[in-house]
Formats: sequence, structure tokens, C-alpha cells
Amino acid sequence: MTDTAEPTTSAEGSGAVLELLSFKVGEQEYSVDIMAVREIRSWTRATSLPHAPSYVRGVINLRGTVLPVVDLGVRLGIASAEPNERSVIIVVDLGDRAVGLRVDAVSDILAVPGSGLQSPPELLADQADAFIRALTIVDGRMIRVLELTEVLPATEVAA
Amino acid sequence: MSDPMQEIRASFFVECDELLEALQDGLAALEGEGDDPETINIVFRAVHSIKGGAGAFGLDDLVSFAHAFETVLDEMRAERLDPTPELLRLLFRSADTLSDLVRAARDQAPVDAARVETLLAELEAAGGVEEAEDEPADFQPMAVSLDLDLGDEVAVPAEPDPLSAPETLWSIRFAPHPKLYAAGHEPLFLLRALAALGRADVTCRIPDAVPSFETCDPGASLLAWDIRLATPHGEAEIRDVFEFAEGLCELSVVQSDPEASVADLPEPVPSKGGPSPIHRDVETDPSRPVAQDLSEPMEDLPDPSPTVTSAKPETATPDPAAQRGPKSGATVRVDLDRIERLVNLVGELVINQAMLSQSFTEAGLAGDSTVASGLDEFLQLTRDIQDSVMMIRAQPVKSLFQRMGRIVRESSDAVGKSVRLVSEGEATEIDKTMIERLSDPLMHMIRNAVDHGLETPDLRRAAHKPEQGTVTLTAAHRSGRVVIEVRDDGAGINRQKVQSIAEDRGLIPRGLTLGDAEIDNLLFLPGFSTAGQVSSLSGRGVGMDVVKSAISALGGRIAITSSPGRGTSFSISLPLTLAVLDGMVVETAGETLVVPLGSIVETLTLRDEDLAPIGGNATAVRIRDSFVTLVDLAALLGYAETRRSCADGIALLISQDDGAKAALVVDRIVDQRQVVIKGLEESYGRVPGVAAATILGDGRIALILDPSDLIARPPGHGAASLLLTEAG
Amino acid sequence: MNVLAVDDSRTIRDMLRLTLTGAGITSHMAEDGRHGLDVLEGIDPDVIITDINMPRLDGFGFIDAVRRTEKHRTVPILVLTTESSAELKARARDAGATGWIVKPFDPEKLIRALHIVAG
Repeated sequence: MTDTAEPTTSAEGSGAVLELLSFKVGEQEYSVDIMAVREIRSWTRATSLPHAPSYVRGVINLRGTVLPVVDLGVRLGIASAEPNERSVIIVVDLGDRAVGLRVDAVSDILAVPGSGLQSPPELLADQADAFIRALTIVDGRMIRVLELTEVLPATEVAA
Repeated sequence: MSDPMQEIRASFFVECDELLEALQDGLAALEGEGDDPETINIVFRAVHSIKGGAGAFGLDDLVSFAHAFETVLDEMRAERLDPTPELLRLLFRSADTLSDLVRAARDQAPVDAARVETLLAELEAAGGVEEAEDEPADFQPMAVSLDLDLGDEVAVPAEPDPLSAPETLWSIRFAPHPKLYAAGHEPLFLLRALAALGRADVTCRIPDAVPSFETCDPGASLLAWDIRLATPHGEAEIRDVFEFAEGLCELSVVQSDPEASVADLPEPVPSKGGPSPIHRDVETDPSRPVAQDLSEPMEDLPDPSPTVTSAKPETATPDPAAQRGPKSGATVRVDLDRIERLVNLVGELVINQAMLSQSFTEAGLAGDSTVASGLDEFLQLTRDIQDSVMMIRAQPVKSLFQRMGRIVRESSDAVGKSVRLVSEGEATEIDKTMIERLSDPLMHMIRNAVDHGLETPDLRRAAHKPEQGTVTLTAAHRSGRVVIEVRDDGAGINRQKVQSIAEDRGLIPRGLTLGDAEIDNLLFLPGFSTAGQVSSLSGRGVGMDVVKSAISALGGRIAITSSPGRGTSFSISLPLTLAVLDGMVVETAGETLVVPLGSIVETLTLRDEDLAPIGGNATAVRIRDSFVTLVDLAALLGYAETRRSCADGIALLISQDDGAKAALVVDRIVDQRQVVIKGLEESYGRVPGVAAATILGDGRIALILDPSDLIARPPGHGAASLLLTEAG
Repeated sequence: MNVLAVDDSRTIRDMLRLTLTGAGITSHMAEDGRHGLDVLEGIDPDVIITDINMPRLDGFGFIDAVRRTEKHRTVPILVLTTESSAELKARARDAGATGWIVKPFDPEKLIRALHIVAG
């Protein structure tokens, strides 16, 4: 398991303020630590990888490097729109490599105190469970903090 | 050791590699062309230099072996020893052992001490020389520690405390002969060094009859000096100062009467400066720039500031130009990382150029002739830069081939056969990164050739072949690739035996009718080994499948041909560099893909009349006298359902490594071009059937396929279905 | 002080440079006798250190050539030898060398020898 750049672990429960980039996947709102975000790109058609899992859209050219793109909607099991021109790719740092997350739209940058983060409650066999690192409430909306390490499991990658 | 020493040590081992290579070259030349004295010199110097450097690092084993080796070579140099074939064999073996010792010293690895001892004894016997030097003690290799805070210890042996050590008074007379000056000595410096030993009073004796200016001989030595020295040091140290001047002067060092007055001697001059104890009577040569103040050099020596090469010891790569041979022109040492970066940047440049071209075409500007020719030039320049940069990392295969010489020697000894290695094309250059990765595969192939390929001397004689077997190693550039061949003049492949072994091991079903090439290719199957008994070399079953994977990993191909009774030949084809690839860009089911040109035998336009259905849903296409199964690439990759009619497609005839053929059906061929290889594994992972990725002119990524991997199937099944003979 | 050091072994050249620089002495390097003569044209060393066994022009040939030049006729020359036999010393002396240093060289001895012949 790679360690991400997110300092949320240490920030949780403490007074430190965390900046989260929030975005929409279908109807739900998710977020990631802004520190893990390398850049945000508009959607470009990805080159498919043969026999790849359904949530792997393919690879795109990120300034000369090969970037795998994961369709978060598919990965999280959430109904979401097919990729279109308004889709956004959030390039995140997974420690040893980068991955692009296709989402429907980017919402906002939220400043959340560490104390405002709660562990996810025990939900029944909800596929999305494993992907939620923490929950927080902003302006009455529930924002899920994404567990990046689950997005593209290391087992996909050769040693 | 301090850091600079580590660097020099690392650099020393690099130098050893070069010297060992020169040594091999020289010995080979002596073996082939006789005893050219300059060659003997080169060989001597190589060993001599290794010895010299090794001594500095205290590598005793290496030094003593090199010394014995050097002695024999010195005898040869002095023509007291003839380079007979037996002697040369000894020298070759010694060179191999020297190489082992160097490696052992570098990696702190163990060495076969018994073998070294044996060779050492042989060398000493051959050299016939005992250690006859007068002062063998001086030869002790001293591990040098360059702690350069020399302080004021410099010109003086351990400085005893002037207050406590008893002083003796000496009378020293120093009268140089003319030869002293001719030898480059300067009495001033000698006297200064003497004065630094204690308290000195120096008087210069000028002869009464000083010749006039017109008649004097400037080379004559007329001056002499008397020195009264009070010093705690002994006579040995005093004479030491004049060590180099021995024989070039008259020197008398006499202990004085202790009653003699020492009161008038000036205070001892500490090396750090002070007034000169030398009287003004001394005529220093006015033409010699004596800007050297006595208080000069010994102060504040700066910390050792080594001239550091910017490279880390591990990556300090000697410039490939230096590898071609010593003194082949100015060279620069470059950090391997920087070259990586340059190679990557140039790769980007090529992609960028393609994208620019495309944009122009799309913008409708390409028709404009100024733009078109500008773009063409740009393309050409880019290609030229790319070629040049790729060649920076290129090195001749010579060092690799030389290593194989040793493998031949050792393996032929081990199995009791006489074998020689002939190599051609040693100057052929390939990417440095590939050279290392070729070492093991080549080694296996050569060992196999010696062990299995070549017959025993008896059999060879019976077959009217020369008793000595020959293994030929060649390298050449051919149509944009590097071709390396390993050939033996042995018995060739025993095809019956091979087929039956493959059947025994369950690698193929029994009773198949297989063509010669197919049988030969069975050797590449995992688990195959013809060793009936475990031989001393190949017993561990390092099979050709391992060799083949290694070659494939380099983007290369290996093919085998064999002629019974005549020999076997392996031909390896490698890309010039790992970074670019000649590819065919194709389109199928809306996806653009790249197929390595090297995998494509030919392209076919599919016509209905050439197609024939075969069992199930498969279709085969007739190519001349055989049928080849069609494989829908899009379906294989999961991009589309199987096309129903192949008639509107193009097929790429792929030759797999096992010789079987298949035809990949695509929608159309876009282009044939050189593409820059981008890895996929680091960013995503291994995808079966996909070798890598590349970036096309439009900025999109296209996958580079590995056709063999795509269609891999065991020959037993494939052979039957792929080669449908016309049964009517 | 500045020194010209001539040796075909890169390792020895590196070590000489390290020792000399540490002692505050400027050093120029050459790879063999002929190279040494080339370099000599552009500099004015206080002392020359040279190896014996070198390609193209060996130590003895080099010293001989140096002693024939106008400018450097009397420059002190130290030879690097791997053994200190009397025979080798005599040869060096005959060739015109001023002194000798035994390889592998002890930095202290080297610096001391330099001071004896060149201040």
C-alpha cells in the first residue's frame, strides 16, 4: 500500500485545517486532499487498454507521460454520465505514480478543520464503503473524502 | 576512506577494465600475428599500470599476482623469453585470473585462492627471476591515506620537541659537482631543507680566483658551502636531505666537538617561516625567480579539495569514446542520468515534431511549399539529432565479445574439447544498456555450442573435420537493427532426438509431422534440455527459453538455423536502441495501434477467394501454398465483436517466435514510421499482448503491440491448425 | 608552486592531483611523454613528475627531450618508479632525473621530495 501525500491522518481530530478539492460524481459529492492533486484537465478521449477492468478508461497523454484514467463513477458504482466534454480529469499523486480520475465536475475548494472529519459510519455492504476515508459536512452537504489508495489497486501493476 | 579516495578508487576499477581489455587485445595480437615489440610493451604496461594503482589501494593479492605477471612480461620485453604458444596460454589464463582478482577487489568477493596460487607459481617459474631488488622493503604496497593536513610536518621528519631532545652539532660540507646543476638541483632548496632540521649557520665558500665574466664557464661549479648545524636529528636524516644529490656532490657530515660554541647559531627555523638562516654571502642565481619566500609554502594548507567529477562513483561512466581505445581523442565523462534525460528529451522532440506536422496538415498549411520544406528540414534535423543522441550511449560490442573469449576457453577446458572463438564486427556499436543484458544470453549460447553443438575430438576426426572446433561470433548493423550471430561448426541439431525429447516432456503431442524449422524452434520451449546427462556446464538446465526471453525483453528476436553435420547458427536481431521502434500504425475498430515492423512478415489485402473457413468460427487465408489462421485484432483486444467478413480488411502476417504464422486482421494501415517508446508498466502495469505505448502526432496515445504475446499458443495445437495442407 | 605530472595511468594522475592540490600546489597533467612535451610548451613548471613506462614516448625519452629544451634544461624532474633498485636509480640519474619517488607514493614523501628539489 502506498502512502499518499494526504496528511489527513495526522490532521484528523486535530485542529489543523485541511484543504479539500470537492467534485461531483453523479449525484454524490466527493473530495480529495488538495495536496494530492497535481492538476486538473479537461476531458480527452483515452486510449483503451485491452481487457482492462471496466472502470479503467484507458490512458491519456499527460505532457509526454502515459497517464491511466479511472472512471470514478464506474469505480464507485455510482450512476454517472458518460464522459463528455464537460467531464474533468483530476490528476492525483498516488505516491509512486499518478492516476487521472474522471469526474463529472469540480465543485469547490473547502477548508475543513481536522476536527471536522469523521470516520465513515458502518454501512451495509455498500460498495462505496471501501472508498470513503472520512466524511465531513459543509454547508449542510455531506462530502465524502476519497480513499485514494483504493482507486487503482496496486495489484494491477507489475512489481 | 575519505570521499575523494572513493571516487578515485571507483575510477581505478574503471581504468582496470580498460587495461584488461587492452591486455586481451594485446595477447590476441601476439597469438595471431607474432611478437611485435610494441604489442608486448602494451601488454606489459597494462599489467604494470594495474599493479601500480592496486598498490595505492593496498590490494595486496592483486599486487603480488600482477607483479609476477609483470615480471614474465618484462622478460618477454627484454627478449629473454619467447612468446611460445605455451607461454601465451599461460598469459591468457593469467589475464583471466587477473581479471578475477580485479573484480574480487572491487566487489570484495572471494577468489579461488588455489587457482591463483597455481598460476602464480607457474608465472614465477616462467619468469625465473627472484626478487633481486636491493630494497624490497620499498616495494611494500602502502595503503595510502591521503590525510592532507600536513601542517608543518612537511619538510621535516617527525619534529622532536626542540627543547627536550638533545642537540648534536654537525659540520657539513657540501660541494656540488657540475652534474648536480645539470640534474636540475638547486642548492638553495637543499640548504633550506637542511636548515629546517634545526639551527644552521651556512657559509658559502667562494674560491679566491673567481674567473672573469668573459672567461668563466657557466657550467662549472665553483661554489661550496659549509654548514654548522645544531639538530636533534641524527645523521641519517641529514643525509636524507641529500638523497637525490648522492654522487653529484661532495658531502661530508661530521659530528662536531661538543665543546664548540653553538651560541652563535640562530634560533631554529620552524617550517612556518622566520628569518633566513642563510647568509647573504650565498649567491643565489639571479636569473632564477626566487620569489619563494622562506616563510612560504608550509602555512595553512587548505583542506584537500579534490577535483571531483560530477558523477557519482557508480554512475561515473567513461565516455564511450574512451572505450574504443585509449587516446582516441578528447573525451568527457558524463553522468548516465544526464544522458537518460537527454535521450528522453529528444524523444519528446520527435513526438513534438510529429504533432506539429499534423497540426499543419490539419490547418491546411502543409501545401504551402515554404512551410512544407521547412517542416521537412525540421524532420530531418530532428532525426539527425535523435540518431546522434542515441549513439552517445552506444558502445562497441568488443568488450562483450572478449568476455566470450574467456567463456570459450573455460568451457572448452571443462569438457575437454579444443575450441577457438572467432569474432567479427567487434566495432559494431549498440546501446550500452543492451550490452550488459546480452552478456548472459550470449554466455549460455556459447556454452551450449561448446558443450552440445561441437562434437568430441574423436567424432570430429572421424568426420574429417579439424579437431579444433570453431565458434564464430559476429555483429553487424543491418537495415536499422543490430544482428548478432553465434555460429558453431559442430554436428548441427539432431532433429529426431529433439522431437522425441519434446514428445517425452509432453511439450508436443506425439506423431506430428514437423518441418525442420519447427523442430529447431522446439529448443526454445521452456523445460527443454537435450542434456542426457548433467554435464558440468549446462547441467542446470539453463535452456534456450531463458535466452529467448532475455532477447525478447530487449525488443529483439532470435532465430535458429541448423545443418546436420555442418553446424548450428543462432541469429539475434536487436533494435538499435531501446527507445525507438520501427512500427506500422494500423487502425481497427476505431482504435489506432502500432505493430512492430520487425514482427511483420508481410501485409495482405484480403480477398474473398483466398479465404476458407476452418472448424468452428475461424477463417484461414491462403498464402501461396499454405493456409494461415486469421485473427481479428479488434476482437482479440476486446474492442469489438468478431467481424463477420474478413474480406474488407487487411491482414498483417505475423511470424511468431516458434516459427508458426498467424495473420492479424485490421481495418486499415495508416502509416509506417519510427515511434518513440513510452513505458506502460511504470504508470499502469503489464497488459498482456501490449509491449508499450507511444504518442502519435495528434497527441493521443497508441498502444504498441507484442504480436507473439498476443497469439501465443503451444506449437502442438497451433501447428496442426495453422498449416492446413491442401488435402483436396 | 606548480607541477607537471606525466603518467599514463588515470588513477595515478588522479591521486597526484589530489595530493598536490591538498598541499596548495597547482598541477598540470599529461598522459604520456609526447603529450607531456606538448603541455610543457604552454606552462612553466617548477618541477616535473614523470612515470617511466608510458606509450608513445616513455619517461626516459621524455626526460631526455626536456633536458634538451632551452627553457626547461634545468627544471627538477622526479621519476615515479615502482621499485627502488639501484639499477633503476642509476638509469634515471643518467637520463637526467633529479630525484625519484617510489610508487605507490606516500603523499608526505612526495611533498617532501618536491620541497627538496623545488622549494
